[in-house]
Amino acid sequence: MIEFQQVTFQYQDETKPQLRDVHLTIPEGELAVVVGATGTGKSTLLGLINGLVPHFTGGRLQGQVVVAGRSTAEFPPREMADLVGLVRQDPAAGFVTDLVEDELAYTMESLGVPADVMRRRVEETLDLLGLDQLRNRALRTLSGGERQRVAIGSVLTAHPRVLVLDEPTSALDPQAAEEVLAAIQRLVHDLGLTVVVSEHRLERVVQYADTVVIVHGDGTVTRHNDPSEAMAISPVEPPLATLGKRVGWDPLPLSIRDARRAASDLRQSLPPMPPLPIGTEHGPTVAQVAKLSAIRGNNPVLRSIDLQVNAGEIVAVIGRNGAGKTTLLRSFAGSQPPDSGTVQVRGMDPVKLSGKELVAKVGFVPQEPATMLWAESVAAECEAADSTSDLAPGTTLVLFQTLRNDIDPLTHPMDLSEGTRLALVVALVAAGAPDLLLLDEPTRGLDYCAKTELADVLREQALRGAAIVLATHDVELVAEACTRVIMLGDGDVVLDTDARSAATASPAFAPQVAKVFAPLQYLTVAEVTAGVLAQRDSGAKQ
Amino acid sequence: MLTAFTLPRLLHPGAWWIWALGLAVAAARTTNPLLLLLIAAVAGVVVAERRVAGPWGRSYLAFAKFGLVVIAIRVVLEILIGASDLGPTLFILPEVPLPDWMAGVKLGGIVTLSGLLLAVFEGLRIAVMLICIGAVNSLVNPSRLLRIVPAALYEVGVAVVVCMTTAPILVSDAGRIREARRLRGQPTAGPRAWAQMALPLFSGALERSVALAASMDSRGYGRTAGLSRTTRRITAGLLLLGILGVLLGLYGLLDGSTPGVAGVAVLGWPLLLVGAGLAAAGSLLAGRRVSRTRYRPDAWKLPEWLVALCGVVPAAVFIMLGSDQALTGPTTPPTWPEIPFVALVSLLVAMLPAAIAPPPPVTDSAVTPSRDRSAVAA
Repeated sequence: MIEFQQVTFQYQDETKPQLRDVHLTIPEGELAVVVGATGTGKSTLLGLINGLVPHFTGGRLQGQVVVAGRSTAEFPPREMADLVGLVRQDPAAGFVTDLVEDELAYTMESLGVPADVMRRRVEETLDLLGLDQLRNRALRTLSGGERQRVAIGSVLTAHPRVLVLDEPTSALDPQAAEEVLAAIQRLVHDLGLTVVVSEHRLERVVQYADTVVIVHGDGTVTRHNDPSEAMAISPVEPPLATLGKRVGWDPLPLSIRDARRAASDLRQSLPPMPPLPIGTEHGPTVAQVAKLSAIRGNNPVLRSIDLQVNAGEIVAVIGRNGAGKTTLLRSFAGSQPPDSGTVQVRGMDPVKLSGKELVAKVGFVPQEPATMLWAESVAAECEAADSTSDLAPGTTLVLFQTLRNDIDPLTHPMDLSEGTRLALVVALVAAGAPDLLLLDEPTRGLDYCAKTELADVLREQALRGAAIVLATHDVELVAEACTRVIMLGDGDVVLDTDARSAATASPAFAPQVAKVFAPLQYLTVAEVTAGVLAQRDSGAKQ
Repeated sequence: MLTAFTLPRLLHPGAWWIWALGLAVAAARTTNPLLLLLIAAVAGVVVAERRVAGPWGRSYLAFAKFGLVVIAIRVVLEILIGASDLGPTLFILPEVPLPDWMAGVKLGGIVTLSGLLLAVFEGLRIAVMLICIGAVNSLVNPSRLLRIVPAALYEVGVAVVVCMTTAPILVSDAGRIREARRLRGQPTAGPRAWAQMALPLFSGALERSVALAASMDSRGYGRTAGLSRTTRRITAGLLLLGILGVLLGLYGLLDGSTPGVAGVAVLGWPLLLVGAGLAAAGSLLAGRRVSRTRYRPDAWKLPEWLVALCGVVPAAVFIMLGSDQALTGPTTPPTWPEIPFVALVSLLVAMLPAAIAPPPPVTDSAVTPSRDRSAVAA
């Protein structure tokens, strides 16, 4: 169905090709998952399929990409629209109309599909993706998962033979991701659609893959018919694969079910985790909210919340999209004055802080780090942070370089990859050594490597005595780095406990390792590895 | 029983626009304050009965407030530079002497009751015309207008819609960038701060536009399969000329005092008809070979005819009354204005759509669900 014939592609202002000598065939009816580290060219590979690369992006393409007999060299993306449906990373950015129903019809209108056929296909698609309740809704009022499903539906109505999805679940909470994945599965199984998906969160998709396409760091691409074999050589791997490698399982498990079967002996023999949860000892209270309420329109976003955050804690705020996580963080930062109740950071009302005083007390990394950046270069950004906090010149730059040492300080911040931009903003914010560090969804678009680095930074900051609050959907990060979990549900605190009990209490928010080893309270691969080693030692002594 | 008049559906946008423009033409033809207030009231009643849900539904009030501002400005201007010296004097402002070359312009001086009333009436006329436009925006979501834009002008329509969707996003972006600057300890006021905030704002807007363009391209926008380039240009030209003609013609109808050639007001009906003809020819040409289709096109049925007619009636009546004294608000001497019987009847006819237009379906598009992430974040 999709054929890459000796494809080499290079962007105009780059020195080496992004993709090199790609020879790849994806047969009809397959669900292919594209895997690779951040910035290796997954999105480029996907864009090549409908010709958006290079027709829209520029760059030099050698070889050709042929979809169902049509070469992208001859046909621009608009002439491929009836063949390939492409949904890019942020579906909302691609919406043309403002109502769900109109959006579903847009592609068909462009293709000149007769009115009665359009009507029928819209109804079919509404049913297929479970969107019938949303047909008259304005697109801007949809949740993340709903948006993604509408975006998929809007290309599906044209009856394409190939569906290409770029990171369809990265920005979604676990439940919304489930909705989207269920829809994708249905398309593959019921319609026989060829689906190509790229995803950072491999733990969510790799178990459904028929084939895995690996984009290697040097621009070469390989295709593997056995996903489990592919994970053995993949540059990025989900926690289950890491676990399998460490404890020597073959084949590597991809689903919780496989892993639980493989781990049945291990569960018997591993010692239970010590009941004392990590991170119970902590410093004085840094920030607190009392009877905090926030209202938007007529809807309460936060309902009379009481919370304390202490020095040395890393607190994860979890909950569905729209549960009030961002509002809570913005209240802590003084960006949103409370509708009732009080917020205090080190005894001060954060709304009244500004300038140097604010930077020393509160550091905030917003959902879109780019909004924090305005200077011409990385170096200039770092200098600005130095002078605001009266630091020795170069302090911030050095901090940034401990996170990313391969970036030219003269690079324009907008040219950085998403992960690097986040690292820069974290460095800028952390340089002022704030008492309270707030991060809103910091793992969007990060691969496993970058997440581990972020977890290291968070732990360092906590050791220094900062209190850290992060809003996240990423249960793996919670397991890796956090000491305490607060779950918000419809504006209330539903759960406030240590990370270990939280992660093992509810399957929806449990990391993969916890699911495999339940009821033992193991959270991370490192803990299991340590457990296995301890068990071997004791076995040797006996 | 549900009939063509009671089954909830959205009326064709064109019908509402003809109705509202008819009322606006009537308003433009009079300075009689009672008639003007009646027109605003008629529009208000229809809006109250048939407005659509969502933020656009509140346009009527927004435009009414804007209208008050217009009246205020007109009155202040009259007090400062008004030259009327008819009727009883209200008060005298100190007159500022102006150089000779500005002879004829007066700053300050006598303010008369008649001058002031004239200013109020003329301001009211503009305000009521604005209210008519606000009313139609309350009755029809402006983005639905795109549905009746002919295929050849589709690009223009899309550009307008993209602007309309981008503008509110830009506003919320600006808020977030301001917030981010405060959090980095930087000043958020002053020209330097604004210049630095503009960079991320515009780069964000640019990124969004590029993403939207890429999305439209990969969804088949601009496929050339249908019309040839020359045909598209000719149709676009015809349509643009036609719309220009219609606008000039409307202007002629609105302003009864436009100059005519040989006693015929060329800017009025003749231009309107020629423009409509050109636009129709363009649409036909564009429709000959259809390159794109329309999803659920709006129907034009009996209620549409009636609603449009209800707007045309007052326009025709007010134009026929022509220079009837009753259409002019009495300023010298200031007496209580009269209402001509036909005008009153025509305005009652204009109120009929409140009952005969099918009610809009109740949708939940206005509801902001609690799970709306961007709304919570904004």
